[in-house]
Amino acid sequence: MGEALTAAEPTQAVERRPMTGNEAIARGAWEAGVKVAAAYPGTPSTEILEALATYPAADLHAQWSTNEKVALDVAIGASFAGSRALAAMKHVGLNVAADAYMSQAYIGANGGLVIVVADDPGIHSSQNEQDSRFYGQFAAVPVLEPSDAQEALDFTRFAFELSERFDTIVIVRTTTRLSHTRSTVKVGTRAEHPAKGFVENRPKNVMIPAHARGAHVAMLGREERLRQYLRDAPIQRWEKGDPKVGIVTAGTCYPYVREVLPQASVLKLGASWPLPAELLREFCASVERVFVVEELEPFIEREMLALGLKVEGKSVFPRTGEYSPEVLRAGFEKAGVLPPRAQRVVAWAPEPIGRPPVLCAGCPHTSTYLAVRATGARVAGDIGCYTLAALDPLRGIDTSVAMGSSIGIAAGMARAGEPRPVMATIGDSTFLHAGIPALIDAVYNDANITVMLLDNHITAMTGGQDHPGTGKTLRGDPAPRVDYETLLRAIGVKWIRKVDSYDLAQMHQTLREAIAHRGVSVVISDRPCVIDPVRIKGPALAISPALCNACQSCMNLGCPAMSWSEGTFEGRHQVKIDAALCVGCSLCAQVCTVDCIKPLEATQ
Amino acid sequence: MTQVDAVKEYAPTNVLIVGVGGQGVILVSKVLAALAQSRGFEVKQSEVHGMAKRGGTVFSHVRFGPKVWSPTIAQGEADVLVALEWAEGMRWLPWLKPEAGILVCDTKRIVPPFACLDRRPGAPLRYSRETPAQVREHVAEGYAINATEMAEALGNDRTANVVLLGALSVALDFTVDEWEATLSEFVPKKTVQVNLQAFRQGREWIARARSGQVDDGSSAAIAALTSPSAHRARLEITPAWCKSCDICVKLCPERCLRLDSERVVELADPARCTGCRLCEWLCPDFAIRVHLDPVPDAVAVEGAVA
Repeated sequence: MGEALTAAEPTQAVERRPMTGNEAIARGAWEAGVKVAAAYPGTPSTEILEALATYPAADLHAQWSTNEKVALDVAIGASFAGSRALAAMKHVGLNVAADAYMSQAYIGANGGLVIVVADDPGIHSSQNEQDSRFYGQFAAVPVLEPSDAQEALDFTRFAFELSERFDTIVIVRTTTRLSHTRSTVKVGTRAEHPAKGFVENRPKNVMIPAHARGAHVAMLGREERLRQYLRDAPIQRWEKGDPKVGIVTAGTCYPYVREVLPQASVLKLGASWPLPAELLREFCASVERVFVVEELEPFIEREMLALGLKVEGKSVFPRTGEYSPEVLRAGFEKAGVLPPRAQRVVAWAPEPIGRPPVLCAGCPHTSTYLAVRATGARVAGDIGCYTLAALDPLRGIDTSVAMGSSIGIAAGMARAGEPRPVMATIGDSTFLHAGIPALIDAVYNDANITVMLLDNHITAMTGGQDHPGTGKTLRGDPAPRVDYETLLRAIGVKWIRKVDSYDLAQMHQTLREAIAHRGVSVVISDRPCVIDPVRIKGPALAISPALCNACQSCMNLGCPAMSWSEGTFEGRHQVKIDAALCVGCSLCAQVCTVDCIKPLEATQ
Repeated sequence: MTQVDAVKEYAPTNVLIVGVGGQGVILVSKVLAALAQSRGFEVKQSEVHGMAKRGGTVFSHVRFGPKVWSPTIAQGEADVLVALEWAEGMRWLPWLKPEAGILVCDTKRIVPPFACLDRRPGAPLRYSRETPAQVREHVAEGYAINATEMAEALGNDRTANVVLLGALSVALDFTVDEWEATLSEFVPKKTVQVNLQAFRQGREWIARARSGQVDDGSSAAIAALTSPSAHRARLEITPAWCKSCDICVKLCPERCLRLDSERVVELADPARCTGCRLCEWLCPDFAIRVHLDPVPDAVAVEGAVA
């Protein structure tokens, strides 16, 4: 199938390599001659730009942008200038970029313009599991859905062709499973596409009402032409099998279908929007029963029902969570397609222990949230590692909604008369992403809130990416560094303090003062992340069992280096420190009620 | 449009490798995937690693064969389950083929902070209680191996995952030379020798275990927990000494204290008090004393083992 897609190009497969879906997308973009690529990190899409940055700088410019909208704007600009361009983001990132996306959809693409959006069915590492395919329907933009790494490469290449041919943005939709599954990929070579140059055409490129009305009509015409084209496009695949059961599916669901129903007839759609009505009708006519297998929303199913086709789908398959062979098998058993399996006798299934992700040993957020919790404030949290502080034992966050939301939400709570002091906690990268307008808003409207800026000098949650506050670019080149204090002063914040995150007493005291200040106060909690960009390891601490009174004060940190020892005091478990994990941050020693935590060497 | 005929049935080999972030799950799966690929198989290796660095569960599905569809292994279909940590092995047991699956599980225990959050006296550790002997009764073929100790004996405890790789190698149809050549490509140059030693030790250990020559963890009992008798906490507050500083209120981990209308501390929520004494120790004025009254004919604390 890869051959069919790339036959138009003089491409010879040069070799086969194991690649993740994300690496294959990057490869596909590089082979397609992409010139500009931009993204804001977000699991599971992060590695796409990281992989693109491994290709020569002479081939393409790859950058981290401050947020997804800026990333898309950069890609749009490159497309206007006639170069092939890509913006990558996770599903919720497309919400951020949606403003530019919806209007650019009217305008189209000069140089090929591709958005890669990574959905997260099952919510492995996100705040929701929205189905981004609706964005294709929303803006009449084609959505390609690769099902494995080979298709990730092929479809991404194809997306650029399609974009230029039909003068449209093209979305390539991946999911966590595809992005993070490694399989063998046949790779090709790069085809250069020199910049075509900017095409002056104000009615097409300037979306004022008079122009946009016409563009909207043109967009709908384009959608119809795409629908016609996609009827016979090589990315659609009809696998003729058992005529009793036909499956319509796309993307990552396809391998599960083949796994569970190897004999079924399958219509594998390479594009889940626009849907080729005639092809769907033909397929439905060729089989007795038709099932639509798609993760999350009944997107294809509803369209087919609207076409008057008799299909089944969400009546047997769930509308939430990630699919798997088990989920499909259960659905087909329910539908009577598969005989019910003899209840597998799992005579003995030990109850699994809870092992939620935790803040690392020595994480600077730990002390910050210990102090935040002691203030008794109502805390609006944000998106980052520190969202984990919502869990036991820190329990330091009351809300978490979307990137940069904490500050606006805190201001709203304070305005609504929340009796407790109100705080917003936001990481450095998230602050640069979407926090700055909210902070300006809070200052402008004189909100009585305290903002805790958790500056760990990195985008930590996604694995340690640089941002404008780190002084380095995606490719590691030096860059100007945002000076937060100057920025805050320019915004008009009158009360600013910077505290070493590891100085717990200072943190408690500063927060008390910050809350006492009327108006916007900002505390910068300042310490680098302990694992990125360099792994920090100081001398380990140890607990003296003779002195430990098992008060569990140190266990309130939730530090993964600490666990119960064999010993007890008054029936409570004493605590021990795993020297291999301890980085020597000393927070446990600072909260110890009997001062029994000392450097390991001193206790030996 | 592409038209093809539906494919025939197939049966790939399924290996599930699990552990905790930082243990080297991904290395083991990469070596296996590369080896299988070099032998001409189609390979899919699927992992979820977004949270790997945060001490969470890490797992990697490796499937290989003439054809592989689903990137994930269904429950009850793993041919081999390799666990780098004891409780993770227990978590994934239902994925093992009941009639023929092989379990290779390190007896190493990584106790998460989450397991130690109960402040009550005698609180049970929330960690797997299954013993190797119990587990072996319920799997087709099971090995509890103290790979971490073997790696430490080699002078590099980071090679525990490679000891397990060696154990895994016995269950799959590749030659020792193929394994060792592939392994050497994936570990740092300086550590090739120690990793090869670790690999061989894992292999030999399984060979000995199969002939009943090793003590494979039966006696390496998972430490049973003692359960001291239950207590009920009672706070004795001296109102005259309380100066309303509210340190205890703010630092109580259970948030069960408050200042009353006279701004004197009181126990607002006795049911949540665990008797941890933190308030007593933190009070600058000795205004709080915590008493732990033994509960007569104590009901055994939930989950505790005598």
